[in-house]
Amino acid sequence: MSDIAIRVENLGKSYQIAHSGGRSGYKTLQEDILRWLKHPFSKIDTPAIRETFWALRDVSFEVKHGEVLGIIGHNGAGKSTLLKILSRITKPTTGRADIYGRIGSLLEVGTGFHPELTGRENIFLNGAVLGMTRRDIQKHFDEIVAFAEVEQFLDTPVKRYSSGMYMRLAFAVAAHLEPEVLVVDEVLAVGDADFQKKCLGKMSEVAKDGRTVLFVSHNMGAMQQLCNTGILLNRGKIQFTGDMKATITEYLKAAADLTQGNTLRERIDRKGEGRLKFTGVSIVDEKGTALEHILSGQNVYFRLYYEAEYELRNASVFASFNVASPEGILLTNLNSKVTGDTNLPIYHSGYFECHWPRFNLRSGTYTCNLFCSINDVIEDWLQSAFQIYVDDGNFYDTSSLPDRSQGDVLVNHSWQSIGLSASEDTKTATISPSQLSELS
Amino acid sequence: MEQVNNDIQPSVRHIQIEPAHGWALLDLKELLHFRDLLLILTLRDVKLRYKQTALGVIWVILQPLIASLIFAVIFGRFANLPSNGVPYLLFVFAGLLPWNLFAGALQRAGNSLISDSKLISKVYFPRMTIPIASSAAVLVDFAVALVVMLALLLLNGWALTWNLLVLPPLVIMLLLISVGVSLFISALNVYYRDFMYALPFVVQVWMYASPVVYSGDLIPEIVKPFYAINPLVGIIEGFRWALLGTGDFPAVPLLISLVIGTVLFVAGGLVFQRVEQNFADVI
Repeated sequence: MSDIAIRVENLGKSYQIAHSGGRSGYKTLQEDILRWLKHPFSKIDTPAIRETFWALRDVSFEVKHGEVLGIIGHNGAGKSTLLKILSRITKPTTGRADIYGRIGSLLEVGTGFHPELTGRENIFLNGAVLGMTRRDIQKHFDEIVAFAEVEQFLDTPVKRYSSGMYMRLAFAVAAHLEPEVLVVDEVLAVGDADFQKKCLGKMSEVAKDGRTVLFVSHNMGAMQQLCNTGILLNRGKIQFTGDMKATITEYLKAAADLTQGNTLRERIDRKGEGRLKFTGVSIVDEKGTALEHILSGQNVYFRLYYEAEYELRNASVFASFNVASPEGILLTNLNSKVTGDTNLPIYHSGYFECHWPRFNLRSGTYTCNLFCSINDVIEDWLQSAFQIYVDDGNFYDTSSLPDRSQGDVLVNHSWQSIGLSASEDTKTATISPSQLSELS
Repeated sequence: MEQVNNDIQPSVRHIQIEPAHGWALLDLKELLHFRDLLLILTLRDVKLRYKQTALGVIWVILQPLIASLIFAVIFGRFANLPSNGVPYLLFVFAGLLPWNLFAGALQRAGNSLISDSKLISKVYFPRMTIPIASSAAVLVDFAVALVVMLALLLLNGWALTWNLLVLPPLVIMLLLISVGVSLFISALNVYYRDFMYALPFVVQVWMYASPVVYSGDLIPEIVKPFYAINPLVGIIEGFRWALLGTGDFPAVPLLISLVIGTVLFVAGGLVFQRVEQNFADVI
């Protein structure tokens, strides 16, 4: 037996995009019959005007047994499509893949959970859906329950569970899947920090166990921790493969290329309805001068330029960008909801301005995702929309900064000292050096 | 120890992923491999059916009973249709027994893939398990209704005869037909939601084209050959023969049922396999 677990050769997947403006996918019999009456010799399935879109193209790679492979790339790069093909959910259009060993895939936490059924019933249902036999599930039942910490609620319908309990139970079932090849898509993005840590722990346990793992995530920290090798996908093709660290570096470089010239308007790898689209970002100082680099300590304004299909007043606008460190670790999120500024008017063309007083990040290149939803409908969402180039500045007005290795964030702070024992005079509080030597 | 046994599978599974193909043989092996899932999905459908209903299982008894009463009053009392000398209520109930299994399977399976679309777009398993499980779940209703039928017979002074032994093979044939048609409808419904709307009419027309609420003797001789193509005719008459002892054993109609049922099952399965390859992209 060879040591290859997965072999992928020239894999491609294309979708037909309908151009008529209508929703593609669902058809009515009427449409097809009418089309057939007009063109009785064409295949019934032949669409009117459609365009072929390649979600994945000419992808080839091999994964050895026991290897932990990370797949990264922007939204729309083809990561999920690749995982769906390897999980046999959808068929490729071209090429082939061979998988040696029992495969288990976890593309979503809690698939197959039914709200009306109890925790116990859902463990069996979810387990079976993920490919476990009833014996497998019975064997792991106690472990699953213990991991999820839901002992008292086993016979309660999961619709009465808190979302935390729900996620814990769902992950617990999936975590006890014991396939030889495991495919995991961005499941760590859910739950609270404690839970995420637990999941990450379980994942690295699985990886150390000698199982083959394919892992997709936007969490570069986790990727670097878990994976040995990486694949960078870009617009359906493999752009880079190598060890994980090099792949992340390449990914961040690619992210920088994407933002050059702020050509957000041209980006197609975006999500959302698109009635509002970001077109560019500029960073300016108090005088309105555009900045290429920010010095920490500066007062800066982020201008997020957009174009919208209509003007709006009194809508609930959630404009946001987050900031990921040079290592790809998410540092923070700035948004109009937390500051209570959701009542932003929308113009046909304009910009949201976000004030970041006394910029508090250290030198380096930070990558930001842009997001906007209006009345809870996602309008535009761009991964790696722009980057912030920062140089260390005089943040504390003392010309002093902590060592760069101490972290990426600066915190505005000050110090003082308070005594807790009440003393009658100051003598005891101030001891001269000579007194100190007497004491010792 | 068991852990080790489980992990080291004697034969390494080799999964080949290739572009969608045309027609292929029925992959019953894969279905067998996922039999636990089939069972659990069936149990899920049974459990969900009467969750949060006050009467619960009583509905399973009430539904065919009330339907039989209505038909008995309309067709037996008002229209005065013949029923081979059997009380009309028993006559109709014996016909509704197999009919409800068939119609219930169709109705449950028809929409089953769409209501489980999340599953289909997120995990792999033989898609056939979903409509088959939905159809199989109706067996529970059938079993309860059968008990009610037997109770009605005993209450009316009927004796249970050896004829009852033909029921199990009849049920298997009925399942063959039901699952076959269900596979067609559920698969096409993914592509054309029209089937959701057409199904109730089809079921209704089919019911009146079968001897459910009337006796097959009423059918004119000229129409009989066409009438007999309906695979349910043999099954329903077989049920009446087994339960009520009316008429002769319908050997020829049952042979037709068996042939057409097998054809429907195989054809339904083949069509399903052909179109299921694109479910995740379309649903």
